[in-house]
Amino acid sequence: MPNMSLKKTGMPSQDPKVRAHNFLEVSQGYTAEMAQEEAARCLNCKHRPCVNGCPVQIQIPDFIAQVVKGDYAAAYDIISQSSNLPAVCGRVCPQENQCEKNCVRAIKGEPVGIGRLERFVADWHNAQPAAAIKKPAPNGHKVAVIGSGPSGLTCAGDLAKKGYDVTVFEALHLAGGVLVYGIPEFRLPKDIVQKEVDNLTALGVKIETNMVIGKVLSIDELMNEYGFEAVFIGSGAGLPRFMNIPGENLCGVYSANEFLTRTNLMKAYKHNALTPIMHAKKVVVVGGGNVAMDAARSALRIGAEKVYIMYRRSEEELPARREEVPHAKEEGVEFMMLTNPVEIIGNDEDFVKAVKCQKMTLGEPDAGGRRRPVAVPDSEFVLDADCVIMAIGTSPNPLIKSTTKGLETQKWGGIIVDENGKTTREGVFAGGDAVTGAATVILAMGEGKTAAKAIDEYIQKRAL
Amino acid sequence: MYKIVEKRPLSRNITLMQIEAPLVAKKAQPGQFVILRATSDGERIPLTISGTDTARGTVCIIFQIVGATTRRLNTLEEGDCLADFAGPLGKPTELEGLKKVCVVGGGVGCAIAMPIAQKLHDMGCEVHSIVGFRNHEFVILEDEFRACSDKYIVMTDDGSYGEKGVVTAPLKALLEAGEQYDMVIAIGPLLMMKFVVETTRPFAVPTTVSMNPIMIDGTGMCGGCRLTVGGETKFACVDGPDFDGFKVDFDEAMKRTAMYRKFERHAYEETCNLLNKEVQ
Repeated sequence: MPNMSLKKTGMPSQDPKVRAHNFLEVSQGYTAEMAQEEAARCLNCKHRPCVNGCPVQIQIPDFIAQVVKGDYAAAYDIISQSSNLPAVCGRVCPQENQCEKNCVRAIKGEPVGIGRLERFVADWHNAQPAAAIKKPAPNGHKVAVIGSGPSGLTCAGDLAKKGYDVTVFEALHLAGGVLVYGIPEFRLPKDIVQKEVDNLTALGVKIETNMVIGKVLSIDELMNEYGFEAVFIGSGAGLPRFMNIPGENLCGVYSANEFLTRTNLMKAYKHNALTPIMHAKKVVVVGGGNVAMDAARSALRIGAEKVYIMYRRSEEELPARREEVPHAKEEGVEFMMLTNPVEIIGNDEDFVKAVKCQKMTLGEPDAGGRRRPVAVPDSEFVLDADCVIMAIGTSPNPLIKSTTKGLETQKWGGIIVDENGKTTREGVFAGGDAVTGAATVILAMGEGKTAAKAIDEYIQKRAL
Repeated sequence: MYKIVEKRPLSRNITLMQIEAPLVAKKAQPGQFVILRATSDGERIPLTISGTDTARGTVCIIFQIVGATTRRLNTLEEGDCLADFAGPLGKPTELEGLKKVCVVGGGVGCAIAMPIAQKLHDMGCEVHSIVGFRNHEFVILEDEFRACSDKYIVMTDDGSYGEKGVVTAPLKALLEAGEQYDMVIAIGPLLMMKFVVETTRPFAVPTTVSMNPIMIDGTGMCGGCRLTVGGETKFACVDGPDFDGFKVDFDEAMKRTAMYRKFERHAYEETCNLLNKEVQ
């Protein structure tokens, strides 16, 4: 008999008052009993709407059926046939817009907690003594992957499993891309990322850090001199966007990328860290996505007394993952919706003193179908702040484009690819934010997977 | 790991290191920089490349001991390795077609000015070099500059070596005497570059400056190194580090560079205490 409760089984989490001051993981995951209770809510629908909502098509009802039986190893095997990073996705996927959105149980009540179950299975697996990973037999073909974020890691993993000799080139000193520099420890512990990277190296994937492709080596050199038959570009989102309002270069104005990189990658929040970060008291985060939530909650943990999320649309339009909004609110982040900054005001020493804002209202829907925010006349007001974090997106990094002839990009910089991730350059494929602009971990993974398949086909065809 | 194959002091607080990094050595051009971490728990800092030896596969860095990280870097010896070394980053200085150039270097900025002067000299360009230091103890790279300069003027703040005064004094004198430069290239403290620009502006001599703002990733991701150039926001790591000096907002750049001064002083003192304890 399925569990007919209308609500998801609750997931234990750290007390908001406590966690707002530490970087330990917020959600603590299901116990086996909770997982079984939640898994029993799945109706095992014949038409599997949830699978269609998953960018990597995990066979969701099948793995959940194994959780019900208590065979977690079997559940893990099913997930890992489709996903290379289940412990990551269980934590950071916006399930409410994907698998769980299509869940039949969501018609009346809450959907099955698919993400929570995925996380449970992945964590269970990681807690077991590591089974020796068997290196597949080499097939003698070399592929280069640029960037070690979600799309690059996925593409590298899929190709390595097929026997390819894969080298991942990472610009920073540590592999993981946005999983290590962007998403904070309290939402995605870094040892989980490291474990996924270690699994790849066990498969035979080589990871070269400190390699800024486009500078130290070009794609042409990789292919012509180093013998890589194909290249996957997963270089991620690049330069942070700013609003072009007065005062944006004052001291105390950060891009979310900088603020998060200082905190996550460089561990600036630790007492003995050599990388500095401002310990601001009143922080305004501009934007409404996951990055904005991460920045706001990090600011709180570093010691801010007041943190605002300032977003020009209403709460309903917040693009952040649904679970993060109540999490942020519980911790004390204040949501200032339908508000937009128009100027950042500095003190005598050019540090941020306040933000001049205006109220917004929602007008007619724009081309994307979202209602366009319109300024309310004479609604300006001044909000005290000593730090402003701009989390309004990024534009693609120019380094690879500018050094790769024949690689065509959109006007805004995104690399142009076909439905298989093939770029306009022979043998060069791309995926993730470098193609789509800022999107999600799982979409990037999906594109890495698609490209891996296309790369395999391309090389096999050429080898004939 | 990136091995230190040579280390020697150039002056009281300036050190030269040759780092084994063959791929970077092969690509690096004057004006470009690297991001390094001395130790695996350290900070990422940008340092300009002051030369390469492609046969040995080494990159030369010259740094001034100013903060916690450079202090730690200076504790490493020949045979030790740097944790990380990424580059060459930024755009090379554009030198093509130049026939007569005045290169102005201040302090450790000479470490970057020198390879530029060398390359210009190798291209057959007439090079006038004006370099400035605090006093005679801080003078670096004199032989190297002399070897590639048609005119070499050294200034010190206290007159203990060369002439007494700032670099803009001889620059102004040369311009007033009718020297026609295709370009003035200034590399040094922000204040020096600001005044070089003020000196050349009335003569309308194109003036390139090399900016060295605070950076984290150095690859066009964090935006920490942004500057206002000609009213637009530019990122020194990918758009620079060279910019048209007439367009740079130096006052803003100086404020931004000083943003963490308190933290940096504290970190420096802590590091010194720590290192002194280790010595005891």
